[in-house]
Amino acid sequence: MKRKDIYLTVVSLLVFTVFLIYAHFRFDAYKLRILNLCAIYTVLGLSMNLINGFTGLFSLGHAGFMAIGAYTTALLTLPVATKAQNFFLKPIIEPLSNIVLPFFPSLLIGGLLTAFIGFLIGAPALRLKGDYLAIATLGFAEIIRIVIINAQRVTNGALGLKGIPATTNLWWSFGVAIFTIIFMLLLINSSYGRAFKAIREDEIAAESMGISLFRHKVLSFTIGSFFAGIGGGLLGNLLGTIDPALFKFTLTFNILLIIVLGGIGSITGTVISAFIVTIAGEVLRFLDQSINLGFVVIPGITGMRMVVFSLMLMLVVLFYSHGLMGTNEFNWDRMFDKLSAKKLLAKRRD
Amino acid sequence: MSLGMLLQHMANGISLGSLYALIAIGYTMVYGILRLINFAHGDIFMMATYFAFYSVVSFNLPWYLSFFIAIILTTALGMLVENLAYRPLRDAPRISILISAIGASFLLENLAIILFGGRPKAFPISELFTKVIKIGTVSIQRLFFIIPVTTVALLMILIYIINHTKTGMAMRAVSKDHETARLMGIDIDRTITITFGIGSALAAVGGMMWGLKFPQIQPLMGVIPGLKCFIAAVIGGIGNISGAVIGGFILGVGEIMLVALLPNLTGYRDAFAFVLLILILLFKPTGIMGEKISEKV
Repeated sequence: MKRKDIYLTVVSLLVFTVFLIYAHFRFDAYKLRILNLCAIYTVLGLSMNLINGFTGLFSLGHAGFMAIGAYTTALLTLPVATKAQNFFLKPIIEPLSNIVLPFFPSLLIGGLLTAFIGFLIGAPALRLKGDYLAIATLGFAEIIRIVIINAQRVTNGALGLKGIPATTNLWWSFGVAIFTIIFMLLLINSSYGRAFKAIREDEIAAESMGISLFRHKVLSFTIGSFFAGIGGGLLGNLLGTIDPALFKFTLTFNILLIIVLGGIGSITGTVISAFIVTIAGEVLRFLDQSINLGFVVIPGITGMRMVVFSLMLMLVVLFYSHGLMGTNEFNWDRMFDKLSAKKLLAKRRD
Repeated sequence: MSLGMLLQHMANGISLGSLYALIAIGYTMVYGILRLINFAHGDIFMMATYFAFYSVVSFNLPWYLSFFIAIILTTALGMLVENLAYRPLRDAPRISILISAIGASFLLENLAIILFGGRPKAFPISELFTKVIKIGTVSIQRLFFIIPVTTVALLMILIYIINHTKTGMAMRAVSKDHETARLMGIDIDRTITITFGIGSALAAVGGMMWGLKFPQIQPLMGVIPGLKCFIAAVIGGIGNISGAVIGGFILGVGEIMLVALLPNLTGYRDAFAFVLLILILLFKPTGIMGEKISEKV
């Protein structure tokens, strides 16, 4: 990286931190929640992009991984009294009922446990390719959800967990998001990252260059599930309540929308589209309510927002398949080039 | 468990298995010809039940006419989905077309929510199907006979179409090799559209019988049966029609027997299919009837 670029990056990070400080003190709870969600979806989008975009493994198991992270973090951070209140149908199993850990270790344990389960799932499932892998991971996610519904003494079953301490704030969510971005950048540009991309482009060619397909696929899958678990943990402690219905396929669909819109295989694209999709999801809520144009009232139709979302995904895939960024990444030079090109054009027009 | 009970569970499992088989055929045909998991298939099945529901409830048509109309409409819908969502992506990477399929599935579900409302509706049932027949100690509804018989009849017709008509020959050719089939003068797009049409028509029949068996319909009812039927297709060997039927029966009977023999595991009923899928994929990825495909460089 050139010195100028480093300065620019540091300055823009500082500007962003100032914005976060401003937001932290001035924004209302609703806007803060949206900002937090943007950061969490960035983490989730990046983790899915690592598996699907950079390594080319079409995995649809994200909701399941998030569920493991969210439940682990929530169960470890819930105060003893709240746990007893939650588990009124069947008591919680012994050691878990008395363990209360601070947020950070809980989040980390959640992530590590998810990574471990991701490894257990990935080791056999990654022998499959393409659509078979997609359907198998989807199946695993569904199995995780069904186990959560049935393991009532650990997870409180279909009732879910309530009163999870709302620890996730802008510092946690954006801190983790920025850490994830930096980690992914370093990973993608390392020898491992190059191996991932080689596997994505052509498995057979990659294998004949001496890349161990199995090791790299499992590595990418495990790292991806680690960050999915972390994202899930942040989400649980942001929302305050989680239940198995939250972790249905729709959640995976949202993340898939983010990486497709941003460009499969672009970190910058994922970050941008995580913000776009999350904010659009809130802005488009007006579609579900009635619109008053003064002279005519258009009745709101509940569910219209999701129709728009699914149309958006299809239109992007059909007509704009590279997404916002394709496989490109942001860099300062290109941005300046574009800006100056625009200025030149404007001057020429004058 | 008494023999009577066992037979009753068997009948239940076979009729459920026939429904799975009917829907699984649609998956397996589309996969055979396009190498695509048609995620929207389960939702096309859901739409069929709503078409039948509205023709009976809103237009007061007799059940046979409304079922016929529902089959026609569903076939048209299947062809429309193929035309709009899959045809433009013929030469695109496989992942794009899979994402498009997921998008189509979500679009249909959410359209159904806004058009038909999210609340479950009661599917109208004719007396004809629910009459109880007693054989010894076993008493079962007529429906439990009608479903497997219809399935087998439709399967016979389908196998005839595929093996003895020009369209069927075209379908087999396209599923082997698109380029060569095109060189032989086969209209590929037309053949694929017909495949989607047949698959959707079978899903429509399955949907209506599903409505008679489980008379509560709602916009997300297609998701879990859709996934399970895809699993049935994989178990039987994807791309193979009799395989899909066998897979459907294994899944249906297995599921009912799991609940009947091990009542403790009732909560895991839906997980059974996925566990079976994963076992099959790990130990015999080509399924029971599937052919071995070697990968070319």
